[in-house]
Amino acid sequence: MKLSLGKWLLPVYSGLALLFLMIPIGYTFVYSFNDSLKSNITWQGFTFDKWLNVCNVQNGAVCQAFGNSLFIGAVATVAATTLGTMIAIAIVRYRFKFRSQTSLLLFLPMATPEVVLGAGLAAQFLSVGVPKDMLTIILAHTMFCISFVVVTVKARVASLDPALEEAGRDLYGSAAQVFARITFPLLLPGILAAALLSFALSFDDFIITNFNSGAVSTFPKYIYISAARGIPAEANVLASMVFIIAIIVVVTVQVSGAAKARRLAKLS
Amino acid sequence: MAFAAFSSQAAPSTDPVARRRSPVALFLLLPGILYLVLFFLTPLVSLLLTSFQAPREFGDIGQFDYAFRWQNYVEVVTTYWPHIARSFGYALAATFFALLISYPLAYFIGVKARRWPLLQSLMLVLVIAPFFISFLLRTLAWKQLFSDESFVVQSLKALSLLGPEAHVTGTAFSVIFGLTYNFIPFMTLPLYTTLERLDLRYLEAGNDLYASPFHVFRKVTIPLSMPGIVAGTLLTFIPAAGDYINASRDFLGGTGTQMMGNVIEANFLVLQNFPAAAALSIILMTVILVIVSIYVKRSGTEDLL
Repeated sequence: MKLSLGKWLLPVYSGLALLFLMIPIGYTFVYSFNDSLKSNITWQGFTFDKWLNVCNVQNGAVCQAFGNSLFIGAVATVAATTLGTMIAIAIVRYRFKFRSQTSLLLFLPMATPEVVLGAGLAAQFLSVGVPKDMLTIILAHTMFCISFVVVTVKARVASLDPALEEAGRDLYGSAAQVFARITFPLLLPGILAAALLSFALSFDDFIITNFNSGAVSTFPKYIYISAARGIPAEANVLASMVFIIAIIVVVTVQVSGAAKARRLAKLS
Repeated sequence: MAFAAFSSQAAPSTDPVARRRSPVALFLLLPGILYLVLFFLTPLVSLLLTSFQAPREFGDIGQFDYAFRWQNYVEVVTTYWPHIARSFGYALAATFFALLISYPLAYFIGVKARRWPLLQSLMLVLVIAPFFISFLLRTLAWKQLFSDESFVVQSLKALSLLGPEAHVTGTAFSVIFGLTYNFIPFMTLPLYTTLERLDLRYLEAGNDLYASPFHVFRKVTIPLSMPGIVAGTLLTFIPAAGDYINASRDFLGGTGTQMMGNVIEANFLVLQNFPAAAALSIILMTVILVIVSIYVKRSGTEDLL
């Protein structure tokens, strides 16, 4: 009896822990179907209405904020992924002075609380006299995404076999050709993972944005401001949509990765 | 990912590629490094300078001049010491509970579920799933679930586990609960990465030497998973100490649960007392840096990334 209890304790516990993690997600999803008027607190009945007319509420304020977040996320992701990938390649492949200082500079933004990053940038924009708008948000998001890109891409560069590039050079490929035809395609999965991570970080960021956004609204900021008077169910709809898309992307990546590994295993 | 940054096992220490010296390195590094100097390092200096600013004579609210007014620090500590204490206290408690919840979960995914790769990846997707839904909406969901009219609170009251006048939201409990919930993935992932590599033969060796399961766990499993524990606790503690969503009055907190993040936000964005906000940020940053540097001393800078 004691033995079977011990055997089942850990799986049951893990299942419960995962269930615990899912509770707010389920709540958000369920309440996206709530037939509520202004604030989405008590259950009023089931409706598909919010999913069909997401942008109708408050003259489209939710969708405006959502669009801003998508735009900021896209620009910051492109900028951070470019800068971060370049750094990752340099760190793995080249020798240079101030190596440990560079590592420290890349590490620190990840170890700094967001409120400090946000307040610091805001203090700087204030003293230089830069007005807060969309641009300051993008500048801030690019900053905190770079380090995460470096960490993600670096692992990929380190696992890259230099013999492949050597072979390209032996076949008289120019430096640019070797990069475009060999290095870049091999790094692409790592770069895409970094880009996804950047976008997720930027899209969900509230604290740093709040300090550097001025009057510009983003999706998290919209939720924060509406929290006091009640959040329309449309916000739940948009969040649920993002969730479903993200899960589909992650599962697709996982499944295709597993299929690729199986193919490679068959070859060898 | 993020957790790899803190996990010393993530970066292989032996480097198979012979590194070259080349001007290309400079071209690759310079733009990104300059960007970080401009938008990360200079803002920190800016923050430090701001923290010593003095109010302008006959100036309006929000007008300050550069000075060396160290009294700002004395003032914020005497005014906000409860917030400072709460920040680190709540963050410590949340880190502890997150570790308590995450360790068995990570152990199951990383060790017990090894035989079933599909189950393993499914469980990992579920661990990171909360990242895909807005942090603020997740926290608000708990607020609704714990509101006075909610099923949970009504049941607790019916069972007399909670007094008729008691609330769940707005208490230290709900803030710590929210922090714990929100940072569990940050704890679970690094724990998983180290436990996944745990060589089970060490555990067998312990069993063969007649150690009790508990003894093996304490003397073998825990020390071997230490990198994950260190990474997870840092990744939970740092954002938790600076967080102000959970403690905010509109979310899980109340007037008596405000943390440093809340007063930094209020001083900066509402009261326009920039020096006070800056001084508090510098205090928070210093404490975090001390903790991180103890860790760096143990493992070296090369393993940072």
